Amino acid sequence: MKKTGAQIVLQSLQIEGVKAVFGYPGGAVINLYDELPNYELKHYLVRHEQAAVHAADGYARATGEVGVALVTSGPGATNTVTGLATAYMDSIPVVVFTGQVPTALIGNDAFQEADIVGITRPCTKHNYLVKNVRDLPRIIKEAFHIARSGRPGPVLIDLPKDVLVDTTIFEYPEAVSLRGYSPTYEGHPGQLRKAVRALLKAKRPVFYVGGGAILSNAAEIITEVAIRLQIPVTTTLMGLGAFPETHALALGMLGMHGTYRANMAVTECDVLVAIGARFDDRVTGRIDEFAPDAKIIHVDIDPTSISKNVKVHIPIVGDVHDVMDKMMVAVNEMSEEAQQFAASHDEWLAKVAKWKEMHKLGYIQEEVIKPQYVVEKICELTRGLEPIISTEVGQNQMWAAQFYEYTKPRTWLSSGGLGTMGYGFPAALGAQVAFPDRLVIDIAGDGSIQMNIQELATAVQYQLPVKIIILNNGYLGMVRQWQELFFRKHYSATEMSAVPDFVKLAEAYGAVGLRATHPREVESTLKKAFSIDKPVLVDFVVAGEENVYPMVPAGQPISKMLLV
Amino acid sequence: MRHVIGVLVENEFGVLSRISGLFSGRGFNIESLTVAETDDPAVSRMTIVTLGDDQIVEQITKQLNKLINVIKVINFTETDHVTRGLMLVKVSVEGSKRLEVLKLIEVFRARVIDMAAKSAIIEITGNEMKLKAFLDVLAPYGIKEVNSTGVVAMNREAKVRSRHTIKVA
Repeated sequence: MKKTGAQIVLQSLQIEGVKAVFGYPGGAVINLYDELPNYELKHYLVRHEQAAVHAADGYARATGEVGVALVTSGPGATNTVTGLATAYMDSIPVVVFTGQVPTALIGNDAFQEADIVGITRPCTKHNYLVKNVRDLPRIIKEAFHIARSGRPGPVLIDLPKDVLVDTTIFEYPEAVSLRGYSPTYEGHPGQLRKAVRALLKAKRPVFYVGGGAILSNAAEIITEVAIRLQIPVTTTLMGLGAFPETHALALGMLGMHGTYRANMAVTECDVLVAIGARFDDRVTGRIDEFAPDAKIIHVDIDPTSISKNVKVHIPIVGDVHDVMDKMMVAVNEMSEEAQQFAASHDEWLAKVAKWKEMHKLGYIQEEVIKPQYVVEKICELTRGLEPIISTEVGQNQMWAAQFYEYTKPRTWLSSGGLGTMGYGFPAALGAQVAFPDRLVIDIAGDGSIQMNIQELATAVQYQLPVKIIILNNGYLGMVRQWQELFFRKHYSATEMSAVPDFVKLAEAYGAVGLRATHPREVESTLKKAFSIDKPVLVDFVVAGEENVYPMVPAGQPISKMLLV
Repeated sequence: MRHVIGVLVENEFGVLSRISGLFSGRGFNIESLTVAETDDPAVSRMTIVTLGDDQIVEQITKQLNKLINVIKVINFTETDHVTRGLMLVKVSVEGSKRLEVLKLIEVFRARVIDMAAKSAIIEITGNEMKLKAFLDVLAPYGIKEVNSTGVVAMNREAKVRSRHTIKVA
């Protein structure tokens, strides 16, 4: 039996196992929306297309499955660009369907026409313009395969209106055949042996673990190897949750706002094993003084990441999970050497332990609420609950990274690469859709929350009980911090002198609004928020000019931290 | 250093802009780029001449390989290869200069494809050195216009390569 393009899209989504779609209808996709209720897909109507992609992204980060968004042509499509770029920078598997004007009108500057395939070429892993309904099943199959395999990433499929109406016999392909695409999963055995030998000779080893560890579900095996060999572990912002921060070997996050111990350990190590990390400039600081004495082993599925920023001595291209599994096997085979090695670097571990006691993350709690205190309290009150924490971008993000102890992968959703303000709330909605029974918290600033605050309506419509914690300091805090430290306290355009009454705003949307202004109210307010089974927004009025420390000024080596 | 990179791509719309976008987006330089269908109509071959140190060229080839529509990337500079470009030159041939120019054309194994009262269009193929040398010797006569194709390249067959093989380049 023949099916329309619209039916093919929806049935293909079902076959791919998609359960939730985040979207916004419009003229070019009206045929798709007409068919939507006939399929077992739950559609979530967002209030802005950017949020649809962030929600799909949050869903993907929390579950490991492909997130899906559906929007109309023209402005609907262009509004997805920030979401796509966010997912692209952080390698998140997302498939976005955009409507397009009928094929006969493409290029005519038709109503709501945008060359979205051209626009998104640099911020998608791949994209497609479907010109014939017969190609549609193959393209959807390929899109999901490309999004989730290798180094994951967003894929966009542009659907002209006539393609959604045209009919063809539907047959979903069993397999994909892409002759230009076959990611390397298995690490080269020779390289692996070389790496293990180098590692077991180390006197001052460090594991530097990034988002790739989360993406390949390798947290457990990395933790096992690190503990077995007694290797201290630092994680990047994207790698938070890949190693339990409560463990003695945990160094915390490294980089611009990394811990003293992590930055010192990386600076002084003699073997650095980079695992699914890409030597981002926010991690390395001044590049020629990054791990200057270290032999660098780099495990990554993407060959372009290797020796892009830092010269790597032993590259291993492959899936982090596969490579770490094999590393464990190799360690088991060399159990005597491994045993000796694990016991041989006590001196290094003692040094790391000493750093751990120096310049601990801290703050001084005064009469006003300190933002760090709020995050610490959230951590304390949710211990054992394994909540999913999302963040916006800026100081709120850094405090959420520093003062919450992550112990499990996929519990931390944050825009690391692109640094997208407005990401956290819609991402939290996506995660809540995936896990209706878990506690999902968006740690936000008063600036970033306003970038997608309209999604309160989505949260209320679908009763997604996300908790928004606003650390309200009345400033665009991170930029203000830079202005304070490097621009003579010249607070140009960073003071938010007109901030809405967030409590009233939440109530206007039909959500619950709470506020705390004194430190002694923090705990009770959080408890109250967590106990309400509805979307709750909490406005914590915090110290206005608190800074994130440690801080490595841009262009400095990471050992040169501003500590207070 | 100058590198000649061959890229086999799926012959689909948008592939050229994926590749040129990769170069512009990452600040890589393109000196010349040619593209045409191969004997297999589903596959096109591009030849890109680019400038960059080893690290940049390594990134270029890796990034090209990462594109879904790219089937194969060959850095010709690392292999024994031949390159050719085709160039059309319009040159002044007034009065007594005409014979001189015709002589040069013969020496360079170029061809006249159009002769007018005051100028001629000359077709020449060769590697870039030869093309450049040809322009240098024509310059004193007055070059009116130059149009060239950019470089195409091909590996020499490894099996027949021996010390007895005569290189005809």
